[in-house]
Amino acid sequence: METFEQYVPILLFVLVATGFALFTLIVSALVSSSKYNKVKLEPYECGIEPETDARDRYSVRYYLIAMLFVIFDVETVFMFPWAVIMDELALFGLIEMLVFIFILVLGYVYAWRKGALEWV
Amino acid sequence: MLDTLVIPLLKIVVLLNAILISVTFMVLMERKVIAWAQSRLGPMRVGPYGVLQAIVDPIKLILKEDITPVKADKMLFSLAPILSLVPALVAFAVVPFGGDELFYVADINVGLLFFLSVTSIGVYGIILAGWASNSKYPLLASLRASAQLISYEIAVTMTLVSVILTSGTLSMVGIVEAQLADGVWYGFIQPVAFVLVMIGALAETNRVPFDLPEAETELTGGFHTEYSGMRFSLFFLAEYANIIVISAVTALLFFGGWLRPFPNVEALAFLDIIPGWIWLFGKIFLFLYLFMWIRATLPRYRYDQLMRIGWKLLIPIALANIVVTGIVKVLV
Repeated sequence: METFEQYVPILLFVLVATGFALFTLIVSALVSSSKYNKVKLEPYECGIEPETDARDRYSVRYYLIAMLFVIFDVETVFMFPWAVIMDELALFGLIEMLVFIFILVLGYVYAWRKGALEWV
Repeated sequence: MLDTLVIPLLKIVVLLNAILISVTFMVLMERKVIAWAQSRLGPMRVGPYGVLQAIVDPIKLILKEDITPVKADKMLFSLAPILSLVPALVAFAVVPFGGDELFYVADINVGLLFFLSVTSIGVYGIILAGWASNSKYPLLASLRASAQLISYEIAVTMTLVSVILTSGTLSMVGIVEAQLADGVWYGFIQPVAFVLVMIGALAETNRVPFDLPEAETELTGGFHTEYSGMRFSLFFLAEYANIIVISAVTALLFFGGWLRPFPNVEALAFLDIIPGWIWLFGKIFLFLYLFMWIRATLPRYRYDQLMRIGWKLLIPIALANIVVTGIVKVLV
Protein backbone atom coordinates (compact mmCIF):
# COMPACT_ATOMS: atom_id res chain seq x y z
CA MET A 1 0.00 0.00 0.00
CA GLU A 2 2.96 2.26 0.62
CA THR A 3 3.70 2.58 -3.09
CA PHE A 4 0.06 2.92 -4.05
CA GLU A 5 -0.37 5.95 -1.83
CA GLN A 6 2.34 7.77 -3.77
CA TYR A 7 0.02 7.83 -6.75
CA VAL A 8 -2.82 9.60 -4.93
CA PRO A 9 -1.31 13.08 -5.55
CA ILE A 10 -0.92 12.21 -9.24
CA LEU A 11 -4.57 11.19 -9.45
CA LEU A 12 -5.45 14.49 -7.75
CA PHE A 13 -3.32 16.31 -10.31
CA VAL A 14 -5.18 14.63 -13.18
CA LEU A 15 -8.51 15.71 -11.65
CA VAL A 16 -7.35 19.28 -11.01
CA ALA A 17 -5.88 19.62 -14.52
CA THR A 18 -9.02 18.26 -16.17
CA GLY A 19 -11.14 20.50 -13.96
CA PHE A 20 -9.05 23.50 -14.97
CA ALA A 21 -9.43 22.70 -18.69
CA LEU A 22 -13.21 22.27 -18.38
CA PHE A 23 -13.52 25.38 -16.20
CA THR A 24 -11.73 27.63 -18.71
CA LEU A 25 -13.82 26.22 -21.58
CA ILE A 26 -17.05 26.89 -19.70
CA VAL A 27 -16.02 30.40 -18.57
CA SER A 28 -14.94 31.21 -22.10
CA ALA A 29 -18.22 29.90 -23.52
CA LEU A 30 -20.11 32.18 -21.14
CA VAL A 31 -18.21 35.41 -21.80
CA SER A 32 -17.08 35.09 -25.42
CA SER A 33 -18.91 36.67 -28.30
CA SER A 34 -20.57 34.51 -30.93
CA LYS A 35 -21.78 35.69 -34.33
CA TYR A 36 -22.05 32.70 -36.58
CA ASN A 37 -22.78 32.55 -40.25
CA LYS A 38 -22.68 29.69 -42.72
CA VAL A 39 -19.35 30.58 -44.36
CA LYS A 40 -17.56 30.99 -41.05
CA LEU A 41 -18.40 27.42 -40.06
CA GLU A 42 -17.07 25.87 -43.29
CA PRO A 43 -13.83 23.88 -43.07
CA TYR A 44 -10.85 26.13 -43.76
CA GLU A 45 -9.34 25.68 -47.21
CA CYS A 46 -7.66 29.01 -47.93
CA GLY A 47 -10.87 30.63 -49.17
CA ILE A 48 -11.84 27.91 -51.62
CA GLU A 49 -15.03 25.96 -51.03
CA PRO A 50 -14.18 22.35 -50.09
CA GLU A 51 -15.04 20.05 -52.98
CA THR A 52 -14.18 16.67 -51.47
CA ASP A 53 -14.22 15.15 -48.02
CA ALA A 54 -11.07 15.63 -45.97
CA ARG A 55 -10.90 12.01 -44.83
CA ASP A 56 -9.30 10.69 -47.99
CA ARG A 57 -6.60 8.09 -48.49
CA TYR A 58 -3.18 9.05 -47.17
CA SER A 59 0.34 7.69 -47.46
CA VAL A 60 0.85 4.17 -46.13
CA ARG A 61 4.21 5.35 -44.74
CA TYR A 62 2.48 6.74 -41.65
CA TYR A 63 1.08 3.32 -40.89
CA LEU A 64 4.50 1.74 -41.34
CA ILE A 65 6.09 4.27 -38.99
CA ALA A 66 3.43 3.54 -36.38
CA MET A 67 4.11 -0.22 -36.58
CA LEU A 68 7.86 0.28 -36.32
CA PHE A 69 7.27 2.55 -33.33
CA VAL A 70 5.31 -0.11 -31.47
CA ILE A 71 8.03 -2.71 -32.08
CA PHE A 72 10.98 -0.50 -31.14
CA ASP A 73 9.33 1.19 -28.19
CA VAL A 74 8.30 -2.09 -26.59
CA GLU A 75 11.84 -3.37 -27.05
CA THR A 76 13.24 -0.22 -25.48
CA VAL A 77 10.96 -0.56 -22.47
CA PHE A 78 12.51 -4.01 -21.88
CA MET A 79 15.82 -2.27 -21.26
CA PHE A 80 14.47 -0.11 -18.40
CA PRO A 81 14.38 -2.82 -15.70
CA TRP A 82 17.79 -4.05 -16.78
CA ALA A 83 19.26 -0.55 -16.58
CA VAL A 84 17.92 -0.05 -13.04
CA ILE A 85 19.41 -3.24 -11.55
CA MET A 86 22.54 -3.29 -13.72
CA ASP A 87 24.74 -3.15 -10.61
CA GLU A 88 23.42 -6.46 -9.28
CA LEU A 89 23.40 -8.29 -12.61
CA ALA A 90 26.92 -7.13 -13.54
CA LEU A 91 28.62 -9.09 -16.32
CA PHE A 92 25.82 -11.66 -16.74
CA GLY A 93 23.25 -8.92 -17.29
CA LEU A 94 25.51 -7.09 -19.70
CA ILE A 95 26.03 -10.15 -21.92
CA GLU A 96 22.32 -10.95 -21.89
CA MET A 97 21.52 -7.38 -22.87
CA LEU A 98 24.15 -7.34 -25.60
CA VAL A 99 22.47 -10.42 -27.09
CA PHE A 100 19.11 -8.65 -26.86
CA ILE A 101 20.46 -5.48 -28.49
CA PHE A 102 22.11 -7.60 -31.20
CA ILE A 103 18.74 -9.13 -32.10
CA LEU A 104 17.15 -5.67 -32.01
CA VAL A 105 19.85 -4.35 -34.35
CA LEU A 106 19.22 -7.29 -36.72
CA GLY A 107 15.57 -6.25 -36.98
CA TYR A 108 16.61 -2.63 -37.39
CA VAL A 109 19.05 -3.47 -40.21
CA TYR A 110 16.35 -5.60 -41.87
CA ALA A 111 13.87 -2.68 -41.74
CA TRP A 112 16.54 -0.37 -43.11
CA ARG A 113 17.49 -2.75 -45.97
CA LYS A 114 13.82 -3.25 -46.87
CA GLY A 115 13.48 0.50 -47.20
CA ALA A 116 10.99 0.89 -44.36
CA LEU A 117 12.94 3.86 -43.02
CA GLU A 118 13.03 5.73 -46.35
CA TRP A 119 10.49 8.50 -46.55
CA VAL A 120 10.46 9.25 -50.28
CA MET B 1 -6.42 13.00 5.51
CA LEU B 2 -4.37 16.17 5.81
CA ASP B 3 -1.21 14.51 4.58
CA THR B 4 -2.75 12.48 1.78
CA LEU B 5 -5.19 14.98 0.32
CA VAL B 6 -5.02 18.58 1.53
CA ILE B 7 -1.28 19.21 1.35
CA PRO B 8 -0.85 17.60 -2.11
CA LEU B 9 -3.88 19.55 -3.32
CA LEU B 10 -2.34 22.82 -2.11
CA LYS B 11 0.94 21.95 -3.82
CA ILE B 12 -0.90 21.10 -7.04
CA VAL B 13 -2.83 24.38 -7.06
CA VAL B 14 0.33 26.40 -6.44
CA LEU B 15 2.22 24.47 -9.11
CA LEU B 16 -0.63 24.82 -11.63
CA ASN B 17 -0.74 28.57 -11.10
CA ALA B 18 3.03 28.78 -11.43
CA ILE B 19 2.87 26.87 -14.73
CA LEU B 20 0.13 29.07 -16.15
CA ILE B 21 1.86 32.31 -15.19
CA SER B 22 5.17 30.97 -16.54
CA VAL B 23 3.51 30.14 -19.85
CA THR B 24 2.03 33.60 -20.31
CA PHE B 25 5.33 35.29 -19.52
CA MET B 26 7.21 32.75 -21.63
CA VAL B 27 5.16 33.78 -24.66
CA LEU B 28 6.15 37.38 -24.00
CA MET B 29 9.78 36.36 -23.51
CA GLU B 30 9.75 34.41 -26.75
CA ARG B 31 8.36 37.37 -28.68
CA LYS B 32 10.96 39.64 -27.12
CA VAL B 33 13.90 37.28 -27.73
CA ILE B 34 12.95 36.71 -31.36
CA ALA B 35 12.34 40.42 -31.85
CA TRP B 36 15.78 41.28 -30.49
CA ALA B 37 17.34 38.57 -32.65
CA GLN B 38 15.78 40.30 -35.65
CA SER B 39 16.71 43.84 -34.52
CA ARG B 40 13.13 44.68 -33.58
CA LEU B 41 11.70 45.83 -30.27
CA GLY B 42 8.86 43.33 -29.91
CA PRO B 43 5.74 44.20 -27.91
CA MET B 44 6.11 47.69 -26.41
CA ARG B 45 2.60 49.13 -26.13
CA VAL B 46 0.98 47.41 -23.15
CA GLY B 47 2.72 48.47 -19.95
CA PRO B 48 6.43 49.26 -19.61
CA TYR B 49 8.35 47.40 -22.34
CA GLY B 50 5.17 45.45 -23.11
CA VAL B 51 5.33 43.48 -19.85
CA LEU B 52 1.57 43.59 -19.35
CA GLN B 53 1.11 41.85 -22.70
CA ALA B 54 1.45 38.61 -20.74
CA ILE B 55 -1.68 39.46 -18.76
CA VAL B 56 -3.70 40.96 -21.61
CA ASP B 57 -3.21 38.05 -24.02
CA PRO B 58 -5.01 35.38 -21.93
CA ILE B 59 -7.92 37.78 -21.29
CA LYS B 60 -8.19 38.39 -25.02
CA LEU B 61 -8.15 34.63 -25.73
CA ILE B 62 -10.95 33.97 -23.23
CA LEU B 63 -13.13 36.65 -24.84
CA LYS B 64 -12.55 35.35 -28.38
CA GLU B 65 -15.24 33.57 -30.36
CA ASP B 66 -14.95 29.77 -30.26
CA ILE B 67 -15.96 28.19 -33.57
CA THR B 68 -16.89 24.55 -34.14
CA PRO B 69 -16.92 23.86 -37.91
CA VAL B 70 -20.11 22.25 -39.21
CA LYS B 71 -18.33 19.19 -40.54
CA ALA B 72 -16.36 18.59 -37.33
CA ASP B 73 -16.96 15.71 -34.96
CA LYS B 74 -18.33 17.81 -32.07
CA MET B 75 -17.42 15.52 -29.16
CA LEU B 76 -13.87 14.73 -30.26
CA PHE B 77 -13.32 18.32 -31.35
CA SER B 78 -13.83 19.48 -27.76
CA LEU B 79 -12.06 16.50 -26.22
CA ALA B 80 -8.82 16.91 -28.21
CA PRO B 81 -7.52 20.11 -26.55
CA ILE B 82 -8.26 18.70 -23.08
CA LEU B 83 -6.48 15.48 -23.95
CA SER B 84 -3.53 17.53 -25.14
CA LEU B 85 -3.33 19.81 -22.10
CA VAL B 86 -3.92 17.41 -19.20
CA PRO B 87 -0.86 15.16 -19.85
CA ALA B 88 1.34 18.22 -20.33
CA LEU B 89 0.30 19.50 -16.90
CA VAL B 90 0.27 16.11 -15.13
CA ALA B 91 3.88 15.52 -16.22
CA PHE B 92 4.83 18.21 -13.69
CA ALA B 93 3.64 15.92 -10.89
CA VAL B 94 6.90 13.97 -10.95
CA VAL B 95 9.20 16.97 -11.45
CA PRO B 96 10.94 17.75 -8.16
CA PHE B 97 12.00 21.35 -7.61
CA GLY B 98 14.16 20.38 -4.64
CA GLY B 99 15.23 17.39 -2.57
CA ASP B 100 12.81 18.11 0.26
CA GLU B 101 9.28 16.69 0.20
CA LEU B 102 7.94 20.24 0.13
CA PHE B 103 9.20 20.74 -3.41
CA TYR B 104 7.53 17.91 -5.31
CA VAL B 105 4.00 16.59 -5.71
CA ALA B 106 4.99 12.92 -5.96
CA ASP B 107 8.30 11.07 -5.98
CA ILE B 108 7.39 7.69 -7.41
CA ASN B 109 10.04 5.03 -7.99
CA VAL B 110 9.28 4.95 -11.73
CA GLY B 111 9.28 8.74 -12.12
CA LEU B 112 11.13 8.94 -15.44
CA LEU B 113 9.04 6.18 -17.00
CA PHE B 114 5.88 7.91 -15.78
CA PHE B 115 7.08 11.15 -17.34
CA LEU B 116 7.72 9.46 -20.72
CA SER B 117 4.37 7.66 -20.69
CA VAL B 118 2.30 10.68 -19.68
CA THR B 119 3.90 13.05 -22.18
CA SER B 120 3.28 10.58 -25.01
CA ILE B 121 -0.47 10.60 -24.29
CA GLY B 122 -0.42 14.12 -25.77
CA VAL B 123 -0.10 12.54 -29.24
CA TYR B 124 -3.72 11.38 -28.96
CA GLY B 125 -4.81 14.99 -28.55
CA ILE B 126 -3.03 15.93 -31.77
CA ILE B 127 -4.38 12.98 -33.77
CA LEU B 128 -7.92 13.55 -32.53
CA ALA B 129 -7.70 17.27 -33.28
CA GLY B 130 -6.74 16.56 -36.88
CA TRP B 131 -9.31 13.83 -37.32
CA ALA B 132 -12.20 15.63 -35.60
CA SER B 133 -11.65 18.84 -37.59
CA ASN B 134 -12.58 17.01 -40.80
CA SER B 135 -10.54 19.49 -42.80
CA LYS B 136 -7.56 18.75 -45.04
CA TYR B 137 -4.78 20.80 -43.51
CA PRO B 138 -5.37 19.72 -39.91
CA LEU B 139 -5.60 16.07 -40.93
CA LEU B 140 -2.33 16.16 -42.87
CA ALA B 141 -0.62 18.10 -40.09
CA SER B 142 -1.80 15.73 -37.38
CA LEU B 143 -0.52 12.73 -39.35
CA ARG B 144 2.82 14.42 -39.74
CA ALA B 145 2.93 15.48 -36.13
CA SER B 146 2.14 12.05 -34.76
CA ALA B 147 4.65 10.33 -37.06
CA GLN B 148 7.29 12.83 -35.95
CA LEU B 149 6.48 12.53 -32.26
CA ILE B 150 6.56 8.74 -32.16
CA SER B 151 9.76 8.58 -34.24
CA TYR B 152 11.67 10.84 -31.90
CA GLU B 153 10.16 9.24 -28.85
CA ILE B 154 12.03 6.02 -29.61
CA ALA B 155 15.32 7.89 -29.81
CA VAL B 156 14.66 9.79 -26.57
CA THR B 157 13.52 6.68 -24.68
CA MET B 158 16.59 4.74 -25.82
CA THR B 159 18.87 7.61 -24.85
CA LEU B 160 17.37 7.79 -21.39
CA VAL B 161 18.23 4.11 -20.84
CA SER B 162 21.91 5.08 -20.76
CA VAL B 163 21.15 7.80 -18.21
CA ILE B 164 19.34 5.26 -16.03
CA LEU B 165 22.33 2.93 -16.39
CA THR B 166 24.49 5.68 -14.91
CA SER B 167 22.11 6.59 -12.10
CA GLY B 168 20.70 3.14 -11.30
CA THR B 169 17.26 4.56 -10.47
CA LEU B 170 14.16 5.87 -12.23
CA SER B 171 13.10 8.23 -9.44
CA MET B 172 13.67 11.88 -10.36
CA VAL B 173 14.85 12.75 -6.86
CA GLY B 174 16.99 9.62 -6.92
CA ILE B 175 18.67 10.64 -10.17
CA VAL B 176 19.69 14.04 -8.78
CA GLU B 177 20.88 12.42 -5.53
CA ALA B 178 22.93 9.97 -7.60
CA GLN B 179 24.57 12.95 -9.30
CA LEU B 180 25.39 14.36 -5.86
CA ALA B 181 26.83 11.00 -4.79
CA ASP B 182 28.89 10.72 -7.98
CA GLY B 183 29.95 14.33 -7.53
CA VAL B 184 29.32 15.27 -11.15
CA TRP B 185 26.44 16.38 -13.38
CA TYR B 186 25.48 13.64 -15.80
CA GLY B 187 25.79 16.08 -18.68
CA PHE B 188 29.56 15.61 -18.29
CA ILE B 189 29.44 11.79 -18.09
CA GLN B 190 26.80 11.45 -20.82
CA PRO B 191 27.44 14.30 -23.28
CA VAL B 192 26.17 12.24 -26.23
CA ALA B 193 22.95 11.44 -24.39
CA PHE B 194 22.52 15.11 -23.52
CA VAL B 195 22.80 16.21 -27.16
CA LEU B 196 20.41 13.44 -28.28
CA VAL B 197 17.85 14.39 -25.65
CA MET B 198 18.09 18.07 -26.61
CA ILE B 199 17.45 17.22 -30.28
CA GLY B 200 14.64 14.91 -29.24
CA ALA B 201 13.16 17.60 -26.99
CA LEU B 202 13.06 20.05 -29.89
CA ALA B 203 11.29 17.47 -32.05
CA GLU B 204 8.91 16.32 -29.30
CA THR B 205 7.74 19.88 -28.64
CA ASN B 206 7.38 20.69 -32.37
CA ARG B 207 9.93 23.46 -32.18
CA VAL B 208 12.16 24.89 -34.87
CA PRO B 209 14.00 23.25 -36.68
CA PHE B 210 11.47 20.40 -36.33
CA ASP B 211 8.25 22.43 -36.44
CA LEU B 212 6.93 20.55 -39.49
CA PRO B 213 3.48 20.03 -37.88
CA GLU B 214 3.08 23.80 -37.92
CA ALA B 215 4.88 24.58 -41.15
CA GLU B 216 2.64 27.52 -41.98
CA THR B 217 3.81 27.82 -45.58
CA GLU B 218 2.57 24.29 -46.30
CA LEU B 219 -0.13 23.57 -43.75
CA THR B 220 -1.48 27.00 -42.71
CA GLY B 221 -1.99 26.56 -38.95
CA GLY B 222 -1.04 22.92 -38.53
CA PHE B 223 -3.31 20.52 -36.66
CA HIS B 224 -5.17 23.35 -34.89
CA THR B 225 -6.10 25.27 -38.04
CA GLU B 226 -9.82 24.88 -37.27
CA TYR B 227 -9.46 25.79 -33.62
CA SER B 228 -10.16 29.22 -32.23
CA GLY B 229 -10.78 30.91 -28.93
CA MET B 230 -10.27 28.98 -25.71
CA ARG B 231 -9.85 25.56 -27.30
CA PHE B 232 -6.98 26.94 -29.36
CA SER B 233 -5.53 28.45 -26.18
CA LEU B 234 -5.54 25.05 -24.51
CA PHE B 235 -3.38 23.64 -27.33
CA PHE B 236 -1.10 26.63 -27.03
CA LEU B 237 -0.87 26.18 -23.28
CA ALA B 238 -0.11 22.48 -23.70
CA GLU B 239 2.68 23.21 -26.14
CA TYR B 240 4.40 25.69 -23.85
CA ALA B 241 3.83 23.60 -20.73
CA ASN B 242 5.53 20.76 -22.60
CA ILE B 243 8.53 22.96 -23.37
CA ILE B 244 8.84 23.96 -19.70
CA VAL B 245 8.53 20.40 -18.40
CA ILE B 246 11.05 19.06 -20.91
CA SER B 247 13.48 21.84 -19.98
CA ALA B 248 12.98 20.97 -16.32
CA VAL B 249 13.59 17.26 -16.88
CA THR B 250 16.69 17.94 -18.99
CA ALA B 251 18.00 20.18 -16.21
CA LEU B 252 17.29 17.44 -13.63
CA LEU B 253 18.85 14.60 -15.62
CA PHE B 254 21.90 16.30 -17.08
CA PHE B 255 22.51 19.53 -15.19
CA GLY B 256 22.19 18.33 -11.63
CA GLY B 257 18.74 19.73 -10.92
CA TRP B 258 18.95 21.75 -7.74
CA LEU B 259 22.67 21.00 -7.21
CA ARG B 260 25.25 23.76 -7.54
CA PRO B 261 27.91 23.49 -10.23
CA PHE B 262 30.68 21.00 -9.34
CA PRO B 263 28.88 19.57 -6.26
CA ASN B 264 32.03 17.69 -5.22
CA VAL B 265 34.40 20.70 -5.17
CA GLU B 266 34.65 21.95 -1.57
CA ALA B 267 36.08 25.31 -2.63
CA LEU B 268 32.77 26.21 -4.24
CA ALA B 269 30.73 25.43 -1.10
CA PHE B 270 29.94 29.15 -0.67
CA LEU B 271 27.57 28.76 -3.64
CA ASP B 272 25.27 26.74 -1.36
CA ILE B 273 23.97 30.06 0.00
CA ILE B 274 21.77 30.19 -3.09
CA PRO B 275 18.81 27.82 -2.49
CA GLY B 276 18.49 24.75 -4.67
CA TRP B 277 15.26 25.75 -6.37
CA ILE B 278 16.88 28.96 -7.63
CA TRP B 279 19.63 26.89 -9.25
CA LEU B 280 16.99 24.71 -10.87
CA PHE B 281 14.91 27.67 -12.06
CA GLY B 282 18.04 29.25 -13.49
CA LYS B 283 18.82 26.08 -15.42
CA ILE B 284 15.24 25.77 -16.69
CA PHE B 285 15.37 29.40 -17.77
CA LEU B 286 18.61 28.78 -19.66
CA PHE B 287 17.04 25.87 -21.53
CA LEU B 288 13.95 27.92 -22.36
CA TYR B 289 16.21 30.65 -23.69
CA LEU B 290 18.11 28.03 -25.72
CA PHE B 291 14.82 26.85 -27.29
CA MET B 292 14.00 30.44 -28.32
CA TRP B 293 17.52 31.14 -29.52
CA ILE B 294 17.38 28.06 -31.76
CA ARG B 295 14.00 29.16 -33.07
CA ALA B 296 15.37 32.56 -33.98
CA THR B 297 18.46 31.08 -35.65
CA LEU B 298 17.74 27.90 -37.58
CA PRO B 299 15.64 27.18 -40.70
CA ARG B 300 13.18 24.30 -40.86
CA TYR B 301 14.07 20.76 -41.95
CA ARG B 302 12.32 19.04 -44.84
CA TYR B 303 10.07 16.18 -43.77
CA ASP B 304 12.18 13.40 -45.26
CA GLN B 305 15.28 14.90 -43.62
CA LEU B 306 13.45 14.96 -40.30
CA MET B 307 12.51 11.29 -40.53
CA ARG B 308 16.01 10.36 -41.68
CA ILE B 309 17.61 12.09 -38.68
CA GLY B 310 15.20 10.40 -36.29
CA TRP B 311 15.41 6.86 -37.63
CA LYS B 312 18.84 6.58 -39.23
CA LEU B 313 20.98 8.84 -37.07
CA LEU B 314 19.58 9.22 -33.56
CA ILE B 315 18.52 5.58 -33.00
CA PRO B 316 21.91 4.01 -33.93
CA ILE B 317 23.77 6.58 -31.81
CA ALA B 318 21.41 5.99 -28.88
CA LEU B 319 21.87 2.21 -29.13
CA ALA B 320 25.65 2.56 -29.35
CA ASN B 321 25.52 4.85 -26.32
CA ILE B 322 23.67 2.20 -24.31
CA VAL B 323 26.21 -0.48 -25.26
CA VAL B 324 29.21 1.73 -24.45
CA THR B 325 27.69 2.85 -21.13
CA GLY B 326 26.90 -0.74 -20.15
CA ILE B 327 30.38 -2.01 -21.00
CA VAL B 328 32.12 0.89 -19.23
CA LYS B 329 29.92 0.38 -16.17
CA VAL B 330 30.77 -3.33 -15.88
CA LEU B 331 34.48 -3.01 -16.62
CA VAL B 332 35.31 0.12 -14.65
